[in-house]
Amino acid sequence: MISGSQRLWRTSPLTYVALVLAALLSIYPFYYMIVIGTRSLDSINDVPPPLTPAGAFGDNFGRVLDNDAANFLKGMMNSIIVSSVVTLSVVLTGSLAGFAFAKLKFRGRNVLLLSIIVTMMIPTQMGLIPLWGMMQDLKWYDTLYAVTVPFLVSAFGVFMMRQYASQAISDELIEAGRVDGASTFRIYWSIVLPALRPAAGVLGLLTFMETWNSFLWPYAILSPENPTLQVSLSFLSYAYYTDYSQVFAATAVGTIPLVLVFLLFGRQIIGGIMEGAVKS
Amino acid sequence: MSLSATTAPPSPAAPPSPDVPHRRRRGYLLNRLDLKYSPYLYIAPFFLIFGAFGLYPMVRTAWMSLHDWDMIGDHSFIGFDNYTRLLSDEYFWNALRNTIGIFALSTIPQLLLALFLANLLNRTFLRAKTFFRMAIFVPNVVSVAAVAIVFGMLFQREFGLFNWLLSLVGVEAVDWDGHRWSSWTAIASMVNWRWTGYNTLILLAGMQAIPKDLYEAAAIDGASQWRQFWQITLPMLKPTFIFVVILSTIGGMQLFTEPLLFGNGNIIGGNQREFQTLAMYMYEMGIVNLNTAGYGAAVAWAIFMIIVVVSLINFLLVRRSAK
Repeated sequence: MISGSQRLWRTSPLTYVALVLAALLSIYPFYYMIVIGTRSLDSINDVPPPLTPAGAFGDNFGRVLDNDAANFLKGMMNSIIVSSVVTLSVVLTGSLAGFAFAKLKFRGRNVLLLSIIVTMMIPTQMGLIPLWGMMQDLKWYDTLYAVTVPFLVSAFGVFMMRQYASQAISDELIEAGRVDGASTFRIYWSIVLPALRPAAGVLGLLTFMETWNSFLWPYAILSPENPTLQVSLSFLSYAYYTDYSQVFAATAVGTIPLVLVFLLFGRQIIGGIMEGAVKS
Repeated sequence: MSLSATTAPPSPAAPPSPDVPHRRRRGYLLNRLDLKYSPYLYIAPFFLIFGAFGLYPMVRTAWMSLHDWDMIGDHSFIGFDNYTRLLSDEYFWNALRNTIGIFALSTIPQLLLALFLANLLNRTFLRAKTFFRMAIFVPNVVSVAAVAIVFGMLFQREFGLFNWLLSLVGVEAVDWDGHRWSSWTAIASMVNWRWTGYNTLILLAGMQAIPKDLYEAAAIDGASQWRQFWQITLPMLKPTFIFVVILSTIGGMQLFTEPLLFGNGNIIGGNQREFQTLAMYMYEMGIVNLNTAGYGAAVAWAIFMIIVVVSLINFLLVRRSAK
């Protein structure tokens, strides 16, 4: 038997030094967000710069809430609504289409699947300008429809669910359902969807994070009166770039929910990203 | 849906026996329809919404780019005039130069670092694997806007952390947003911080897919770890590396939020357009100035073409160098 410490050092200590350094660099800016967000405004100009948190968070965040220019709480609510609706829809439509592509036979299946894979490679900004015009025509400018409806489906979502469905669900299982007289939708709902749960969870987490963090489109189509969280943060930082403790308190509050989600489900998220990489 | 045919309660008025074969036939028909056409129903939501809000705007971008197009006024067909104008537009070339500069400063160090970290994380006897993976990936969870705000302060002239660190080694305070190279460095560092961990994990996944017996055979032949990395890991990692490079290209050519927030929302990116990227220029032409939307659409297509060309160049370079 190799003892614990011997095993530990079979990897060179330098490896650990480098990895710990990388981990610190990764975490530091996030920590810094909390340091500045909990400091009173006058201690920020100190030399050397402050390195530890203090107790002024309540005061700083109070200024954020009183601030009419950024509508922070409204932005937070909007982001929760938009991210939840988009996530639910991407998972449902993705699993429906993924199931059809993986397990059902129909004319044009391969061509349609290929077209989905091709669209994954197209840069998202390509349609920005006409889409902006379409929103004017639909009278959706500055509404949550504009930031929700175009994102209700995702090519990546369909592809990911298709990959998972084709290896996780056996054809026999579906045949058995058919013999029992279940309709295709019944098979989807009672057999396929439960089996897709692990992949659906990862897709949901990734979609939620992406929607929560998206910037360019909401920035183009929403006003400061009705922002998402990220848009609200940007206006806060433009208008109060001298009041860093206020801006950082808001930034920390907007970031912490996702970091908590990541701490809870990080293992699954990382697994999903790494598996996706090998398959593509 | 045949669900209703199989689970509907029998109607009380119907006579029991003669109805049975009829219902069976109806069930059979529905079943056939279900098998043949329901798949289209399941993929329809994707294609309808993607068609309306993804594909159609893209085609329309091409159409608009052939017009002198005012978003809230008239438009007239002008052929390829927008594209010829693009070729002699000094601001367009400036934005292209900035985009490529920031892309080089972010992608090259980032991928080298990611390769290095992935190789460390791939050690067989490494402890706390999950912790290190999560710690390295956590920047990717933070929104781009938040990253830009935090780094904006780290690069602040008077009391930012970077200028303080520089002052310790006797370098004078740098005006990070005042020069081309310094603003490029600051913006590239935001991209690097947010994406190194992500690329590390992708490369790590690629490394773990390499068969272990290749390394065992090499070790028996007396190849050092360093040699194994060059002779086995790198060549076998080629497909993953190409994937990562193309992904970085697509992201890098569309860079928008970091430079925008770094310049406090100024769409021209610095007083002298020192860090205006292509995406910012497209936004300036198409959305900020609504009367030049056609020209903005031409910029969008130019970005697309540049992505294709840069991806191809990178693809060929990586393929050649790893031979």
